[in-house]
Amino acid sequence: MSNPVIKCESVYKIFGENAKKMLKDSNGNVDAKTFQENGCIVGVNNASFEVSKGEMLVVMGLSGSGKSTLLRCISRLTDATGGKIFIEGQDLLQLNNKELIELRRNKMGMVFQSFALLPHKTVVENIAFPLQIKGIKTEDSISKAMDMVKLVGLDGRENYFPRELSGGQQQRVGIARSLAVEPDIWFLDEPFSALDPLIRKEMQDEFLRLQDKLQKTIMFITHDFDEALKLADRIAIMKDGIIEQLDTPANIVLNPATEYVRKFTEEVPREKVLLIEDVMDPSTTDNLGDLKVLKHEIIENVAEKILTQEKSVAVIDNNKKIVGSINPTKIINTVFGGRKNKN
Amino acid sequence: MEFIKKYPKLFQWLFLLIVFFALCFAIDVPETYKFIRGQAEFVKDPNQSYYVFLGKEVRYYAFDVFWRLPPLLGWLPIWINDSLFFLMNEWMPIEFWNEDTQEFRTRPLVLQISRNLTAVMTFLIELIREILLGGLETIVAFTSWDWIDKNPWAELPGLPWTIVAAGSAILAYKLSGKGLALFAGLVMVYISIFGQWKPSMQTLSFILVAAPLSFIFGLGLGIAAFKSKRVEKALYPILLVMQTMPQYAVLVPALVLFGVGDHAAVIITMVVAVPPMILLTILGLRAIPPEVIEAGRMSGCNNWQLMFKVLIPTARRDILIGVNQVIMVCFSMAVISAFIGAKGLGFNLLLALNQLNIGLALEAGLCISLIAILLDKMSLAWANKQTDYFGNLTFFQRNKNILFFAATVIIGIILAYVGTFLFKGSYNYLFEVPHNKGISTADFWNKGVDWIFDTFFVYIKAFNTWLIQDVLQPMRALYLRMPAVATIVLVVGAGYLIGGIRSALVVCALTLFIAFSPWWDRALVTAYMATFGVIVSCIIGFTVGTLCFQNKHSASFMLGVCDIFQTFPSFVYLIPVMMLFGITDTSVLIAVIVYATIPATRYTIEGLRSVPVGLHDAATMSGVNKFQRLTKIEFPLAFPHMMLGLNQTIVFALFMVIIGAFIGTEDLGQYILKALSDKKGAGIGFTLGICVAFIGLIFDNLIRTWVEKRKKHLGIN
Repeated sequence: MSNPVIKCESVYKIFGENAKKMLKDSNGNVDAKTFQENGCIVGVNNASFEVSKGEMLVVMGLSGSGKSTLLRCISRLTDATGGKIFIEGQDLLQLNNKELIELRRNKMGMVFQSFALLPHKTVVENIAFPLQIKGIKTEDSISKAMDMVKLVGLDGRENYFPRELSGGQQQRVGIARSLAVEPDIWFLDEPFSALDPLIRKEMQDEFLRLQDKLQKTIMFITHDFDEALKLADRIAIMKDGIIEQLDTPANIVLNPATEYVRKFTEEVPREKVLLIEDVMDPSTTDNLGDLKVLKHEIIENVAEKILTQEKSVAVIDNNKKIVGSINPTKIINTVFGGRKNKN
Repeated sequence: MEFIKKYPKLFQWLFLLIVFFALCFAIDVPETYKFIRGQAEFVKDPNQSYYVFLGKEVRYYAFDVFWRLPPLLGWLPIWINDSLFFLMNEWMPIEFWNEDTQEFRTRPLVLQISRNLTAVMTFLIELIREILLGGLETIVAFTSWDWIDKNPWAELPGLPWTIVAAGSAILAYKLSGKGLALFAGLVMVYISIFGQWKPSMQTLSFILVAAPLSFIFGLGLGIAAFKSKRVEKALYPILLVMQTMPQYAVLVPALVLFGVGDHAAVIITMVVAVPPMILLTILGLRAIPPEVIEAGRMSGCNNWQLMFKVLIPTARRDILIGVNQVIMVCFSMAVISAFIGAKGLGFNLLLALNQLNIGLALEAGLCISLIAILLDKMSLAWANKQTDYFGNLTFFQRNKNILFFAATVIIGIILAYVGTFLFKGSYNYLFEVPHNKGISTADFWNKGVDWIFDTFFVYIKAFNTWLIQDVLQPMRALYLRMPAVATIVLVVGAGYLIGGIRSALVVCALTLFIAFSPWWDRALVTAYMATFGVIVSCIIGFTVGTLCFQNKHSASFMLGVCDIFQTFPSFVYLIPVMMLFGITDTSVLIAVIVYATIPATRYTIEGLRSVPVGLHDAATMSGVNKFQRLTKIEFPLAFPHMMLGLNQTIVFALFMVIIGAFIGTEDLGQYILKALSDKKGAGIGFTLGICVAFIGLIFDNLIRTWVEKRKKHLGIN
């Protein structure tokens, strides 16, 4: 983990005419209100984080929170107003246009909320597009694109036009296109937000399957907290351009850092999100019952078994070594505990 | 008072009208005023006043300033004219190497540029023309007249019509399929056997140069305007004026710059066809969703790739409408440019018109329309063409079109050769059907019109007399009776009520330009004809549109009819009415009405269609009947779009009124036509064109402002 793939240091994005000067004068202390009075709008406010190889960072926030702007700074679709961004150690903001194009052609892929397919190209042509832009021969790019068509399960529809496909299918094309150049870094900007709930769930599962196979470094933008919990290794919650909390899903649910984050976590069904290891007591490893549960199990899956026990239950890891314990009361507290505080 | 508070706008309009009429009654007609003498005649007359500005003497008949404003801009046409001549003949003399005489010669820069442009255009046109029809200019361009004298075999023979017909069918097949191929073949055969081959090919060679050049320039400038705000700001006013400028008016300055002939026609066509192409390119590029551009960037496009692989193909829909516009303008210019010596169908059409030969004119007009439709469909098919990557094709399959074409060429040549024996001593019909030696339906049409004329002569004459004496003359007199001040107050007041101070100022500036030009009276006549045409067109168009909208099929059918009517060269409309009503305002007005009803109908249907389906359902569920739904829901919502139709109707009507000068009217168009044959007419023609354009722009500004406001009010976009 020593070399993060993406590294942001105090990234600011401020829209407006003399944004650069105002940022300089403020000494890194950006107050959205004073900026707004001077005709500037703060998009991203002092964002610092790292994403390591193979990790999926989900940036979650409501509309206008600056999450898409942050992603566009990191893909340099817009230039950040201040701060530093490193992609695999390269200073992104120092790249000239040619180097940037090289980086995008080989290292980056991006999926868009409204799919952003080229209407005049068929499915296979859309997917082959980034390859052809790179200058790969038509036949090679088409055969590579056909592989991608199979990967996302659109075989038989390769000669359809985007307008002839459903939303879910169009987004599969978008995904295939972003993967065609085999990028290391994968940006997804609310890829499933425009889809129906059932299709969305299907696409999320499909996405997890793909990521399991490909192990890309991912930045995933969403406004759906449940989606973030389901997919993320770590979640960054944004509000008004500021990252309110950046942590693992379990920690966010158990220890929300601010009132704003707590509001999201309130309605979350914890038993579906938390793992046994998140709530177990690692200090007590003796005087346990016969039942053993794996530490990677989701609570919901084993809760019934545990609740029938009187004694604490042993928690084991993959090597069947006991790493902690959990008692039925703890399960009940976890599932219902948070709600009590509220009333 | 309650009433006034409830309808403040209504009260304001009433007030404006009262002021207008009060002014009209308060200001008397000066005793010396006579329309036909007018202010515009440049005859010397001791009764005239004059002033000198910029060294130009302007003579005019002075009236009370409230009645007619003095022509303060009278020096403008003379000044434009002199500047143009100065540019052409004196400015920046530079030494150029002359090939023919092998020595340096001093020539003004602009003249040299215009000569070079002329040479390039002429070469391009001749190249295509001689491939189609044969000739030796192209070979001469590469060698010399001496060389061709020694080698008479080198003359291009021209393609037999069979090859061109089959070739276009094959091309159409490759682009689209059997349907278009059949259409292409039939069009070509029709042209050939009706003896229109030579003029058609001449027109085609002109179009094939003008259309691609207009497309390239329009696209290029559109991209430049899209990329740079400054370019757009510089282009915008020119585009606006060019859209309402009568195409006639461009002819005159071009005549001075480029002389007479096909090359000048190509350049003028570009001047007219490029603006709509630019506008539609900008429109299309603006409408691209930002995510598509980002997707292109993230795919690693450089700027060039982004423009040509992502942006332009994505904006294809609007750009194709632009291509369609370019082709249509090219064909309408093919007729108009016959005035300055372009050869082809347009020339024949004008000739037939002059001879009052409706049959011949119709046939030439039909050829123009057919070729226009064919080229339009082909360009559309080309843009939508799809590649098949997976077909495992043999050599023959892959190259079948080329092979077929090769076979056609051989067969065509053999046929033409056989023809020389078959038609010994007469014309070789397998090579080219000569003009006037084909089948002709002209007699049929002529007899038809004659029959109608003979049979209904009494009624036509009665109608004509009634219309002119009881409607048109009084209306014209009323328009001319308006004192200039009253007119300006009315127009500016309307601008203020509709669009506030900004609109009022714009409208005021446009009106003052016309009022200060020497042609205010003529402009009033133009306005009267256009108003009459627009009112009748709108009544017909809105009624027909509403009726057709009641049924899905009739609506689609009507839109199709509109499409076809729009491709007819506008001159064609003049023919039948001229036959029936002679050289009167009635003829012009009927042509205006026929032509201007097209957009009125089209926009009515489209406007009614644009009413959301949800609202229909909501209305039905509220229990309205069909009539209530129409008046309470569909009309109010469709009205903004219908007003845009009104805007188009005005532009179309003005256009036709100006063309009507060909029949003989007393408006601005007549002066433009006069300027065409006047050596010093360039400035006059151009200023007149601007006057007409400004009349259009006044209405354009008022209507657009109103529509924007109304749309915002209704929350539709």
